[in-house]
Amino acid sequence: MLKNHPTIQHIVGRAGWYLVTFFVAITINFFLPRLGDANPVDTIMANVGAGLDSASAREKEEAYLKEFGLVEVDAGGKITRDAQGKPVRSSLASQFINYLSMSLRGDLGGSILQHPKRVSEIIKAALPWTLALQLPTIVFGWLLGNVLGALAAYKRGVFDKVMYPLALLASAIPAFCFGMLLVYVLGIRLEWFPAVGGYDDGLTPEMSWAFFQSASYYYVLPFLSVFLIVVGGQAIGMRSMCIYELGTDYVKYAKLLGIDESKIVFYMFRNAMLPQLTGLALALGTMVGGALITEMIFSYPGLGMAVLTAIQGNDYPLITGSTLLVTVCVLLANFSVDVMVGFLDPRIAAARQTSK
Amino acid sequence: MKLLKSLLKSPFFVLGLSLLVLTVLLAVLGPLLLRVDVNTRVGLAYMPPSSSHWLGTDHLGMDMISLLIAGLRSSLYVGFLAGSVATVLGTLVGLYGGYKGGLIDDVLTVGTNLFLVIPSLIVLILLSASIENGRSLSLIALIIGCTTWTWSARAVRAQASSLRNRDHVALARINGYGTFGIVLLQIMPYLLSYIFMVFILQMATGILSEASLSMLGLGPYDSVSLGKILNEAKTNEALTDGAWWAFAPAMVLITVIVFALYIINTSLEGVFNPRLRK
Repeated sequence: MLKNHPTIQHIVGRAGWYLVTFFVAITINFFLPRLGDANPVDTIMANVGAGLDSASAREKEEAYLKEFGLVEVDAGGKITRDAQGKPVRSSLASQFINYLSMSLRGDLGGSILQHPKRVSEIIKAALPWTLALQLPTIVFGWLLGNVLGALAAYKRGVFDKVMYPLALLASAIPAFCFGMLLVYVLGIRLEWFPAVGGYDDGLTPEMSWAFFQSASYYYVLPFLSVFLIVVGGQAIGMRSMCIYELGTDYVKYAKLLGIDESKIVFYMFRNAMLPQLTGLALALGTMVGGALITEMIFSYPGLGMAVLTAIQGNDYPLITGSTLLVTVCVLLANFSVDVMVGFLDPRIAAARQTSK
Repeated sequence: MKLLKSLLKSPFFVLGLSLLVLTVLLAVLGPLLLRVDVNTRVGLAYMPPSSSHWLGTDHLGMDMISLLIAGLRSSLYVGFLAGSVATVLGTLVGLYGGYKGGLIDDVLTVGTNLFLVIPSLIVLILLSASIENGRSLSLIALIIGCTTWTWSARAVRAQASSLRNRDHVALARINGYGTFGIVLLQIMPYLLSYIFMVFILQMATGILSEASLSMLGLGPYDSVSLGKILNEAKTNEALTDGAWWAFAPAMVLITVIVFALYIINTSLEGVFNPRLRK
């Protein structure tokens, strides 16, 4: 019975779609870095034997080659070498299969730059920071932006005249510019908040009051810089959505009937909310990208910073590991929005029923 | 003509257009009026603004005015090229899918939505990081254009599919027009204003994407860009040294361009969409 419920069907359908998207994303994640001249295989291969004559360095390089399946290995676990003693490369297909099976097991390989550390360890340490920064900014920014936008559309007048240009400006300021401005003015000049980092130097991340206090103090500037931009963008979208709704027949009719104004606003808000929610799903990727750059400006210990250090050090396992994780997070967030839409949108239930 | 008149009545449009014209003029006339030289050191690192160097010098002792004009030129160029590529790609995919409908449309829509969900910055990072030699400004612009076209395809498709059952389209089909003839001659003219708005937004996206890449240290090797100026200032401690002239003007320029494009877009929307007109 429940299985045939239209909302459930919608959710299952979406889940299947996201699964396909995930496989496309993981394929892109493997092949794109290998398109150019600075691909990971060359980078790692070039280091083998290049000035690394010490036995331990050689061992380290061989471990990488084997771990990522970059070279052919014989039955005894030894790297196959050609006449010149160079390791023989394995085919792209077998590399891809190796990458897929590793990633699906949650193993993203070892980091090159921070050697004995695993990529998954580094990401596990960075992920909470990114989630703590981005989830609240996007959720609360979306809510506040929508309320402000609806108010501006309904009230018009002075409120709209002040809010609208401000929102336009806020949404036009690139995240990294706004971040740098906050770092410079509030962090370095006025010294109101710490300019860079995630917590005080002397502390280690743990569940203690002192750490929490320090972390929330460092949280203020990065939070503000992402939050205000999200609020501005959402307010503009909601404003034009509500102006559209104001001109519709049902609002005019309700007004003629003399229905309570707050009730009309509620109807309007509910109708304009849904496109805003689907709009959020589409904008998530851009928002997350902007927030990642913001993390770098603030040297915030999240995934953005991990990507930056990885790029600077040509640490391919860390680059692809973190980009894969960011993509997975965005897909999960999108899926949750879709699930919400499935519950909120009466048309989904109706469409499924009529198509039967 | 009537359209232009009502556009010029909108204060936002006038403001946006004048800001955009000003920045373009600065980029075009700057090298003619001022000595723009981004290869010579003219002084010490982070010299404050003075009469000989109006906006001081950067961490290498280069003249900031020269860097800013060169950076502005690159950023506008990237915006234009990336915006054009994205608009053409998006429009073609959107028009074709929207007109054809059926299986082709489904496939194109699924593909578009797929790449809409995967963050374009991630794709940009992966691609740019793999190109070490020859990551030129034009190549970066092309890559940006090829990764950011998806939402315009989606937007154009929705419009095109609403036009495909119009009488004049059916008439053209009966008269033996080919698919591309119909798409380009019968459907696209109706959407020109819409496509122009898409282009404006894609330009802004292109400029922002290049700046983001440059902030990651994945910027062009052959040119100065506004994003690169910001990145250099950030990595060379301009913020902590209090050398505001090394980053604030570049920040203002990027924001002004993007702001101008955004408000041009919203005021166009207000004029083209009669429901928003007041």
